[in-house]
Amino acid sequence: MSGIPTTGPVPIGVPAVAVAAVDKVFDTKAGAVTALQSVDLTVAPGEFVSLIGPSGCGKSTLLRLIADLDQPTTGTVSVFGKTAHQARIDQDYGIAFQQAGLLPWRSVRANIELPLELHGVGKAERGSRSSELIELVGLTDFADSYPDQLSGGMQQRVAIARALAESPRLLLMDEPFGALDEMTRERMQTELVRICGETGAAVVFVTHSIPEAVFLSNRVVVMSPRPGRIRDVLAVDLGGARGDELREDEHFFAGVSAVRELLHGDAAPGARARGVENR
Amino acid sequence: MNPRAGNLRAVLAPLALGVLAIALWQLAVVAFDVKPFVIPSPLAIGTAFGGTPATIAAGALVTGANALVGLVVGVVVGVLFAVLAALVRVIDEVTAGIVAGLAVIPIVALAPAFYTMFGADQQTARQLIAAIAVFIPVFVNTLRGLRQVRPVHRDLMRAYAASAWQATRAVTLPGALPYLFTGIRIASSLAVISALIAEYFGGPIGGIGRSITSAVSSSNYALAWAYVLGAILLGLVFYVATLALEKSAARHGGRA
Repeated sequence: MSGIPTTGPVPIGVPAVAVAAVDKVFDTKAGAVTALQSVDLTVAPGEFVSLIGPSGCGKSTLLRLIADLDQPTTGTVSVFGKTAHQARIDQDYGIAFQQAGLLPWRSVRANIELPLELHGVGKAERGSRSSELIELVGLTDFADSYPDQLSGGMQQRVAIARALAESPRLLLMDEPFGALDEMTRERMQTELVRICGETGAAVVFVTHSIPEAVFLSNRVVVMSPRPGRIRDVLAVDLGGARGDELREDEHFFAGVSAVRELLHGDAAPGARARGVENR
Repeated sequence: MNPRAGNLRAVLAPLALGVLAIALWQLAVVAFDVKPFVIPSPLAIGTAFGGTPATIAAGALVTGANALVGLVVGVVVGVLFAVLAALVRVIDEVTAGIVAGLAVIPIVALAPAFYTMFGADQQTARQLIAAIAVFIPVFVNTLRGLRQVRPVHRDLMRAYAASAWQATRAVTLPGALPYLFTGIRIASSLAVISALIAEYFGGPIGGIGRSITSAVSSSNYALAWAYVLGAILLGLVFYVATLALEKSAARHGGRA
């Protein structure tokens, strides 16, 4: 029996993520705070979607709802046609946060094997899978190092390898490169594009960097704050083979300008038809 | 200054200060003709210590064994209760009062009562006193460690649909280990002190505390101080051993 869920065929027409009419209200001491208001979003299998917006626009909250780390106040979130809760129980997604969140007392290898270990994968299988992933993220020489011996970028690569451990068809990433310097960040982005190409996973990627969103995504979801809403969705198809030369490409710059205009545009949230792709 | 010279200075400076203090002490005792019942000279204490190393070692061994039993029992019970209190809220609420009570009772004051309960010819009372003294810092520190789970790790465990027990074993317990060892290090000195002081209140012959009182009552002040020196060495052994444990546990316990 294989304990590692494989990237099985997705039934045709079932989206990786479907968020429908979602509101999220937090009850705080200062009163109710509306973090998300009437959010609709669909992510196709294999699609890379970035959520971008200023602080407080609810992009991380939206990701947490998809991950079933929080529940929507109203509306529904489904992942591969199941409820978000069932998808979490079935381990249909891998997740990475802004903090690498590695366990400091575990080596790189043991950190990557953690989800496999929790889900009862045998030792031999764990070992071969972690070796594969360590190679994938280029940490072969550091397999037995501990997190405190790694740089921030390396720690984040371990976290990504851990998110990929069970070959999820969906990756949820909450500003995973937010704490990295620009150069490491660009290298990690290039690596992420390559890894996603190799695994074919759908990705929901939270960021507040415009170039990052444009470089990585098939679609960029622009959000506005207080209350968090989807202001616009921009399709940026820069093709499959995205390398560093793309950062100098005019299509890339055009995408960056388009997202910037949407972010800074004075159109009141909701004034434009939401969900309309700005092709 | 290179690091080696720095290390050397870190060792030499306190050593030199100690030697100077002892020399002044010796000088003062001789110069002012201080009587031994006030304070004996370091030379007299050293001579007494060198004259009966076997008896001092035997006494230290009895007290040390009591302290060790108390330390082990106190650590086991303290950890057990801390885990229970971290898992079950009711236990936490019920034990909070008892722990606060234990923390303010001068535990060695219970020694006479314990000698009557467990028999004055038994070491049990002393071991129990050490165990109670150990329990408190171990319980408090371990519980604090168990509560230190970082939100990102909690989210991660939830994302993995890990059971409460899996999350405890994978994240909470290893994360609490450095705190536990800090608790043990603090408790180790308490174990020695409590086991030793408990001997002042009775119980079987033997033990370094008993030896101090009997040396004083027979006016052998230099010997009494030699036993005190033995008690200090015993306390140091416990402290250094548990400090080494703490350091090794903290090696990869840093935040990442």
